[in-house]
Amino acid sequence: MNVQILNFIIYQAMKSGTPLLLATLGEIYAERAGILNLGIEGMMAFGAVVGFGVAYTTGNPWLGLLLGALAGALISLIHAFFSISLRVNQVVSGLALVILGLGIHSVMGKPYVGQKLSNTITGIISPSLAQIPVVGSIIVQDPIAFLGLALSVVLWYVLFKTKYGIILRSVGENPAAADALGINVYKVRYLATIFGGLMAGLAGAYLSIIFRPSWTEGITAGMGWIAIALTIFSLWNPIHALWASYFFGAISASQYLLQGKGIPVDILGMMPYIFTLVIVVIASLAQLKKRIGAPEALAVPYVRGQS
Amino acid sequence: MAGKVILEMRGIVKRFPGVVANDHIDFDLREGEIHALLGENGAGKTTLMNILYGIHQPDEGEILIDGRPVKLRSPRDAIALGIGMVHQHFKLVEKHTVAENVALGYARRVFKPLEDVKGKILEYGERYGLRVDPDAYVWQLSAGEKQRVEIIKALFAGARILILDEPTSVLTPQESEELFHIVKKMREDGKSIIFITHKLREVMEVGDRATVLRKGKKVATLEVSKTNPRELARLMVGREVLFEIERPEKEIGEVVLRVEDLWVLNDKGLPAVRGVSFEIRKGEIFGIAGVAGNGQRELVEALTGLRRVEKGRIILMGRDVTNADPGTLFALGVSHIPEERIKMGIVPNLTVMENMILKMEWRQPFRKGLFLDFDTIQSYSEERVREFDIYTPSVRVPARTLSGGNIQKLILAREISVSPKVIIAAHPTYGLDVAATEYIRNRLAKEAAGGAAIFLISEELDEIFQLSDRFAVMFNGEFMGVVRPGELTREEVGLMMMGKRLEEVRGGA
Repeated sequence: MNVQILNFIIYQAMKSGTPLLLATLGEIYAERAGILNLGIEGMMAFGAVVGFGVAYTTGNPWLGLLLGALAGALISLIHAFFSISLRVNQVVSGLALVILGLGIHSVMGKPYVGQKLSNTITGIISPSLAQIPVVGSIIVQDPIAFLGLALSVVLWYVLFKTKYGIILRSVGENPAAADALGINVYKVRYLATIFGGLMAGLAGAYLSIIFRPSWTEGITAGMGWIAIALTIFSLWNPIHALWASYFFGAISASQYLLQGKGIPVDILGMMPYIFTLVIVVIASLAQLKKRIGAPEALAVPYVRGQS
Repeated sequence: MAGKVILEMRGIVKRFPGVVANDHIDFDLREGEIHALLGENGAGKTTLMNILYGIHQPDEGEILIDGRPVKLRSPRDAIALGIGMVHQHFKLVEKHTVAENVALGYARRVFKPLEDVKGKILEYGERYGLRVDPDAYVWQLSAGEKQRVEIIKALFAGARILILDEPTSVLTPQESEELFHIVKKMREDGKSIIFITHKLREVMEVGDRATVLRKGKKVATLEVSKTNPRELARLMVGREVLFEIERPEKEIGEVVLRVEDLWVLNDKGLPAVRGVSFEIRKGEIFGIAGVAGNGQRELVEALTGLRRVEKGRIILMGRDVTNADPGTLFALGVSHIPEERIKMGIVPNLTVMENMILKMEWRQPFRKGLFLDFDTIQSYSEERVREFDIYTPSVRVPARTLSGGNIQKLILAREISVSPKVIIAAHPTYGLDVAATEYIRNRLAKEAAGGAAIFLISEELDEIFQLSDRFAVMFNGEFMGVVRPGELTREEVGLMMMGKRLEEVRGGA
């Protein structure tokens, strides 16, 4: 295999992996705080349509990314309110969020179908970075991919090496212990859920503004579900999320490469979803879930004085 | 040794719907003393301390710290005034290290939070004997070590008054000894400790003074050096207490229940009972001692058909009943007095009489065709209520309105009145007052004399010593040995509870 093809694979893996990575990082933080948010697909779709709409109308893709992310955060508040304050079953609330987000994205996206963005984002970071072999070119061309890469490291550090990380993880493991030490469990959980929404919204906006700067309905194409599988697959660790997302990105990208080599395209297109299915099935075996280290209080509402 | 009074509670009254939990209680604490708070369950000890810790607000009365009146609206207020509390149930994150658990509340820096606390954890370890490895994961620690982490957390919060709520209930005898040393060292350092307990031996061992509560009222405060267990027991219960139970003459007969190489998994899918074998004979009480969480629960559930047996056999009266369902076992004469009496022993919202015939509702004479015969059920239940001395206004009230002791008697009445061949009793007197405890122990002894084989699990060594004919010590899913009461000392049994085998204990002696 020559260098050119290798470069192409890495480039595509990062490109397709970035939306997965962003959404997964957000979900990791939410789940570390004990909130299972299955609504990623809906939050991404909402972020994508808001991001595209803003970028299309104003001609400013950066503003599109920002408002797309905020849209994700906004809609995640619904899940936060239902699951934290009202203590509704988090699976039900998360699924409702998917339906809501997808519904809004269809309705709001109608006028944009088939439209292209005239302005998108290309390199703005110093050209010297382009000298880095292999990843240099993508860092320069795609600042959001670079952001995802950097965030994985930063979020890993915060989670495992700082006081805030200890607080976040403790709230997801044993909220009563955190509460007894004066930590506001509800506040931590709200913030983590909103952060998850912010990241999913950004992931969606990335799809519609940078990855494929034109509007098609159903742009998220199940990526939100893959992100949920990746959260488990990465064992709730942002660094694992990095390579796991790129790995999935590579699988998606491989369809372009392997086209015309006798393997039907549709089979290749199915691969990420088959992987997702396998991971989710394996992880839902309750016994295994404990062994791989899922947060102990995941999806368990906290009520002071109980348990 | 003891200095000035640093805490005073005057005329504390706390009413809950239907009861006065604290009725004009006075309590004071001196600097550098260990003050035992003694009373039965329901005497109001925990309520009084929850008021001091800001969890409950008193209806009347005042609290003074260093002579100044204070208002304690929440635990935060109490902590700010230097009051710390170690609860019976630890509030620790099992998956994290000791240092992380402390840093959760007390790291000052955002970065390198663990470096912030480790030094001090070790320092407390040195100063008070609170030895624990800051880098150990909490799930690896014994109950005693976890308790030390909780005490360390209280010290981090700046506690000079430390409330220990029934601290020995989860400890082995050796661990209790270590705790007493720690508490005494803290006293020498000028800390004041309130030691909540219902065990007289502990009061005599660590207390400087003791305050006795009974039914929400303060009975007395006395110098421990000027009293004795008998007087304390009389104050606590309100009458002379016999420390012995009647043990009727009985004959040990043929084998009723035989268990061979039993393996059972816990909820996590890991082996909790690992190759246990034993047999119980007619008329015999076979006890299981050990710290909770060493497979006792899983063993009971396997014996009563509530949990799958992975390997091995259970033979009842010569018949293989391995993995038989609970209904079949009950029909064959296995009665079960479960560990969680409210969750598993009764249906709280059904009436006393409905609870009295649970599992038998399809039997004669309780049904008439397809319907229940409530007249018969009522007269049957009223008879049982009289026989077992159950205190209830009527058999038609919901079972949840009964007190813990009466709920336990209700379960006992139901399970014993069917003349069972085997009685599986898990912690039958846990949390009950002295009178109910005495009643239930006597009743179990009587049933054994009447020919039942009894399997008794208890964390109270006294109960095991007093009741059982033989007992096994369980550790990590295995029996460390089977002995008769009196063969080993308390300390030797304690060693077995920590994983030493009988041969080692005897070999070392």
